[in-house]
Amino acid sequence: MSTKSPDVEALIAQKYRHGFVTDIESDSLPPGLDESVVAAISAKKKEPQFLLDWRLKAFRHWQTMREPQWARVHYRPIDYQDISYYSAPRAPVDAPKSLDEVDPKLLATYAKLGIPLHERARLAGVAVDAVFDSVSVATTFKDKLGKAGVIFCSFSEAVHNHPELIERYLGSVVPTGDNFFAALNSAVFSDGSFVYVPPGVRCPMELSTYFRINAAKTGQFERTLIIAAEGASVSYLEGCTAPMRDENQLHAAVVELVALDDASIKYSTVQNWYPGDENGVGGIYNFVTKRGECRGRNSKISWTQVETGSAITWKYPSCVLKGDGSIGEFYSVAVANHYQQADTGTKMIHIGKNTKSTIVSKGISAGRAVNTYRGLVKILPSAEGARNFTQCDSLLMGGRCAAHTFPYMEVKNPGATVEHEASTSKIGEDQLFYCLQRGISAEDAVNMIVSGFCKVVFKELPMEFAVEAQNLLSVSLEGAVG
Amino acid sequence: MLNIANLSARVAGKNILNGIDLRINAGEVHAIMGPNGSGKSTLAQVLAGREDYEVTGGSVQFLDQDLLALSAEERARAGLFLGFQYPVEIPGVNNVYLLKAALNAKRKAAGEPEVDAYEFLALIKQKMKFMEMSETFLSRGVNEGFSGGEKKRNEILQMLVLEPKLAILDETDSGLDIDALKIVSKGVNSLRDPTRAVVLVTHYQRLLDYIEPDYVHVLSGGRILKSGDKSLALELERRGYDWVRASLVA
Repeated sequence: MSTKSPDVEALIAQKYRHGFVTDIESDSLPPGLDESVVAAISAKKKEPQFLLDWRLKAFRHWQTMREPQWARVHYRPIDYQDISYYSAPRAPVDAPKSLDEVDPKLLATYAKLGIPLHERARLAGVAVDAVFDSVSVATTFKDKLGKAGVIFCSFSEAVHNHPELIERYLGSVVPTGDNFFAALNSAVFSDGSFVYVPPGVRCPMELSTYFRINAAKTGQFERTLIIAAEGASVSYLEGCTAPMRDENQLHAAVVELVALDDASIKYSTVQNWYPGDENGVGGIYNFVTKRGECRGRNSKISWTQVETGSAITWKYPSCVLKGDGSIGEFYSVAVANHYQQADTGTKMIHIGKNTKSTIVSKGISAGRAVNTYRGLVKILPSAEGARNFTQCDSLLMGGRCAAHTFPYMEVKNPGATVEHEASTSKIGEDQLFYCLQRGISAEDAVNMIVSGFCKVVFKELPMEFAVEAQNLLSVSLEGAVG
Repeated sequence: MLNIANLSARVAGKNILNGIDLRINAGEVHAIMGPNGSGKSTLAQVLAGREDYEVTGGSVQFLDQDLLALSAEERARAGLFLGFQYPVEIPGVNNVYLLKAALNAKRKAAGEPEVDAYEFLALIKQKMKFMEMSETFLSRGVNEGFSGGEKKRNEILQMLVLEPKLAILDETDSGLDIDALKIVSKGVNSLRDPTRAVVLVTHYQRLLDYIEPDYVHVLSGGRILKSGDKSLALELERRGYDWVRASLVA
């Protein structure tokens, strides 16, 4: 199933235009967390007072909170005093000098994903300067956004250059005390991305963290804030199909989206962090809070995610539909193989009149993995004429994995319409044999069946991402059947 | 082309085939008839290489190869086609996409160049027209929401595109109305030529009015009880399977 097209090649080839320069501090803080650590992080980043106060408020709140236990995931207790909350990017002393020094197994995976050669070098951690010396194209990319008035920069940069926007919007969707992990993130977040699209502007290109070479180093507590002003629209791509390794086991990011009147934000994620080995050893804990607020009339926020990585995923990208006539969407493919645990879903909170939400969740479990969909559709009394459609499908591969679905619904307005559909199916021996009998190999057959299952979600991804995501799925499920 | 010698097989610990002998030459059409549970479908599945069917004895030669040593997909690529009794639905997988992948897998195995999307579309449109199928089938998922008749027609369409050496059609006639039966038969007959062979597994003489077999075999208790020419099918229709059993005892 070769799906690579020249267009895709060209697009991926553009990825390495430096969008940003990140301040590189030379020192690290020792493990441990107290107010002085929070203050030190803020000081190192030369943050304004309001942000320090905000972090401290979050920290104080966090201290009163307990780690959530309700998710259907199991892990050994995390010692929060054993984590270093600020460390400078590691010097590339032991980084490989060229692709020849990189583990061939890793390179083979890149090849299967269809990642171009120069890209592979960066992902494998080859010293960046040795690989990317052409900056010329980067200017074109920055120019284009600049002309449109779009601000797209690292979070730290935004704190310095646009403090008024940060002060106004930071925490306005996910408050500091929202939940245990969000509070922790608010206290100690390192860096992340910031996007502001001014009124009436349609962002001229897909924004992607791909553009930022330093993205991988933004660390375990990433913070993203995206604002689409009146009538603006933007599509943002987060993540990467290539396997990401990181010595930090705990990742607790926060993403906030704000859509004003008639604005729309499309946020797509492909997450492929290290899931641990076949025996469930190692792997990243991904505890993320993602929420968008349709603050204005007829605004729209759409989440699309393809989650194949991490040992544990705890993630519920949500929409608060405040503006009348606003629309929230959630399209998700979550794959869990070996000993992975995924507890993911969405919340759609209908507040405004005639608000609409759509949820399509596709869970795939293989090996001994556990995949849980957890969703809440809440329709407040004010949400006259609200509508929701939810579809949750689970696909099981082999007999030792599990899938659970917990759809919660709270409907407080009798005029609302809520529909829910759910299904669980197994990759049938019959389907597999049918393909084999037509001469198709077992591996291609599984890919085909799984892709068919996920089709409606892949359709929502930007073209170039969809191709990679499909390849990613087949790599993730390699050997799961037959 | 196909030489089955003393073939025995079991499913879930139960012996279903108990020593089948059957020889099929290129250019021939064989009909296999028999009561329910006689082993007809099992024979078809065993020949196609379904894993949960365990071969316990005997041998099968197919085009000078040891068929039983090949995997299911290798058998298919070598030119063995099974028209399924109950074609399975594969939601979201495009009907044409699957068929193109199948054709290219076969061509690749034969060392032939793969067909591109454009060539393939032209080919399949021509075959669909022949099978009197609407072009809406192009955009539908594999058997997704197809009626029983549409599924069977789709099986024959796949067969025409893949041009197998040996086609085994497992009750392709069941659930077809008379018009669909005629179209399906037209498809099968169009494939008949001196280099190919067809095995029809069926309950009914009706199909054999449209696809005339060279030989008819009666399968019962996992064995071929009686073989003959097409007149045997007519006699079966008239006298029933008990007659075969009785005539053997006598």
